[in-house]
Amino acid sequence: MAGAAPTHTSDTPAAPAAEDRRTPRARRRKNREQGHPTLDWRTRLRRDKTLILMTLPAVALLLVFNYAPLVGLVTAFQYYDPLDGIRNSQWAGLAQFTALFHDPLFWGALKNTLVLSFVQLILFFPVPIALAVLLNSVLSERLRNLIQSIVYLPHFFSWVLTITIFQQMLGGAGVLNQALRSHSVGTWDIMTNPHTFALLVTGQAVWKEAGWGIIVFLAALAAIDPALYEAAAVDGSGPWRRMWHITLPGMRGVVVLMLVLRLGNALSVGFEQFLVQRVAVGHNAADVLDTFSFYYGIATDNYGYGAAAGLFKSVISLLLIWGANKLAHAFGEDGLYRR
Amino acid sequence: MTTTTVPLPRRRRRNPNRPVWAEQPTVLGQTGKGAVLTLVVAAVVVPLWIIVVTSFSTQAATNRAGGMVIWPDGLTTAAYREMLGDPTVRTSLLVSLGITVVGTAVSMAVSILCAYGLSRSRSLGHRLILTLLVVTMFVSGGLIPTFLVVTGLGGYGRYWALILPSAVSVFNILVLRAFYSSTAADLIDAARIDGAGDWRTLWSVVLPTSRAVTAVITLFYAVSYWNAFFNVMLYMPTDSQKWPLQYVLLTYVNRGNGLPGSLNSGFGSAHAETAPLALQMAVVVLTLVPLLLAYPFMQKHFRTGVLTGAIKG
Repeated sequence: MAGAAPTHTSDTPAAPAAEDRRTPRARRRKNREQGHPTLDWRTRLRRDKTLILMTLPAVALLLVFNYAPLVGLVTAFQYYDPLDGIRNSQWAGLAQFTALFHDPLFWGALKNTLVLSFVQLILFFPVPIALAVLLNSVLSERLRNLIQSIVYLPHFFSWVLTITIFQQMLGGAGVLNQALRSHSVGTWDIMTNPHTFALLVTGQAVWKEAGWGIIVFLAALAAIDPALYEAAAVDGSGPWRRMWHITLPGMRGVVVLMLVLRLGNALSVGFEQFLVQRVAVGHNAADVLDTFSFYYGIATDNYGYGAAAGLFKSVISLLLIWGANKLAHAFGEDGLYRR
Repeated sequence: MTTTTVPLPRRRRRNPNRPVWAEQPTVLGQTGKGAVLTLVVAAVVVPLWIIVVTSFSTQAATNRAGGMVIWPDGLTTAAYREMLGDPTVRTSLLVSLGITVVGTAVSMAVSILCAYGLSRSRSLGHRLILTLLVVTMFVSGGLIPTFLVVTGLGGYGRYWALILPSAVSVFNILVLRAFYSSTAADLIDAARIDGAGDWRTLWSVVLPTSRAVTAVITLFYAVSYWNAFFNVMLYMPTDSQKWPLQYVLLTYVNRGNGLPGSLNSGFGSAHAETAPLALQMAVVVLTLVPLLLAYPFMQKHFRTGVLTGAIKG
C-alpha cells in the first residue's frame, strides 16, 4: 500500500496498511515529519467517545471476572478463610507451595497431566491433519460438504454428553460388551480401567474435536496455488511426491501455529472430561492439575492450597507458551505473533 | 414430427472437478479412501443412531437386546412421555433454555459492541483496550480466585453466576473485530461520509452485512451456555431445582451405570434408583435436539466465521 512507501507525498493522512506494524508513537512521529497535524488527545477523545463507550461493558466484565481474580491470587500465599476475606486471612508465605511440593497427590496429578498431554500430542495432533488431506482429495463438493458437516458435529456436544455416548458404546453395559457377551467372549470394560485411561480420554478427545480441527488445515490446503501441482505434474512427479513436496509444505505454517498453541496448553488437558470420569477410574488416574485444584481447594475448603496449585499451573503454562513461541520463531515460522 | 433427434452416445464423463494433469485413481486407492471416510462418518453417526433408537424402544426391546437397541424393534414414545412428566427434567429444560437465551443475548450484545468499538484502527485507546483483552487469553487467575470473586459478589446459587463470568469470550470478539475491520471497513467509511453516527452505522450497516459471522458467533455462545455444567457444579451443586439439563443428564444416566455420579455431597438426592435405559437415552436426545435444530442453518457459515478470526488471531 502507498502508506508504507517511503516516498509518500499524498496530502491526506496515510491510511496504515495492514502490514504496517509500527507503534502509534512511531506513526505519529512519521506523520509529524511529513507535516500532517496530529490531533491532540482531547479532540480524539471527543471524536471516539462512542467507540470507547461501546467497549466498556466487555471491559468491565473482564475487569471483574478476569482481572480481579488475578488479585485473588494472593490467596496462594495465605491460609485463606472465607469468613475473614483476603484482607484478614493469615499469611502463609510460601508454606502452601512447600506443602504442595511435598504432596504425592500433587506430583501424581502433574505426572498425569504431562502423560496425557504427551499421549494427545502423539495420537491426537496428526489426526486432523491426515483427515484434512484425505478430505481435500475428495473431488465431489457435495460429498465433501456432507462429510464435513457430520464430522464437525461432535465438537458441539458437551463433555457430559460425549462421555455418556462413550459409556453406552464401550462401557460395562454398552454395545461393545453386549456383542462380546452374546458371542460368549469375556467382557472388557474400557471405561473403568485406570491403566488405559490415557488412551481412552485421547480417544474421546479425537472423537469430539478431530473433525472440528480440520477446518484450519482445510483452509491452508485451499490456499495452495493449484499451479504448483500442475507444474509438478508436468515435471513428472506422481501423487505421493506432490503430496510430500507441495501439500505438506503448504500446511507447514498452520501446523506449527497449532503445535505452538497445543504446547502452550500442555497443562490444560481438559477439565470436565476428567471430573465426570474421576469416580469411575479412581483419582490416581484421573487427577490432573485442574481437578487437583478443584478437589483439594474448593471441595475441601482449602482455598489457599488450591490457589497455589493453580498459580503453579498458570506460571508454567505461560513459560510453555513463551518457549513454544520461541521454538516456532527458531523454525522460521510466525508462531503466535510475528517477530 | 419429421425431424428425429439422434441421441448422442452416452459416454462416461470424467469428473469435471478432476484437474487434467491428475492421474486416474486406482481402484485400490479409491476403495481405501472410501473405507476410511465411511469409518469416520460411521463413528459419529452410528452411536447417535443407537441412542435415538434405544430412546424409542420398549422395555421389552431393551431387555431382548440386553441393553442398547441397535435395530428398531418395538417402538414407543413412552420414555419421552415419562421424561416430560418428570418435574426435574421439565424444570431443567426451562432453566437450560433460559440460561442459553439470556446468556447468548448478553454475550452477543457485549461482544458486538466491543468488537465494533475496537474495529477502527485509529481510534483513541483501542490498542490499550485490545491489549487488556488479549492478556486475559494467556494470563488467568485460575479456578479458585475466580470462584472467590464470584461468591464474594454473592453469586453462589444465583443464575447470573452461570452467565456473567463466562459472558465475554475474547476469541469471539477478535473474530468479530477482524470481520468488521476488514470486510465491513469500506461500508463503514461510506456510512460515515453519509453522516451516520456510530450507533447508526453499527445497527444499519455493520450488522446487516455481517450476518454470517454473527450467526456463527451466536451459535458458539449458545452452545457454550447450553453445554455448561462445571459452573453449575461450582455455584449451585445442591439446589436441584436450579439445575440445567446437562447436570440432570449426569445424574440420570451415569448413576449406577459404571459411572456412579456422586461428584460431591448433596448430589445424589434427585434420582436414587437407576432410570430405565430408554428414559436415560431420551434425556440424551433432549440435550441434542436444540443443537440439531440450529445446526443446519449455521453449518454453512462455520468456515467463514472460524477462519476470519483463527488465522489472523
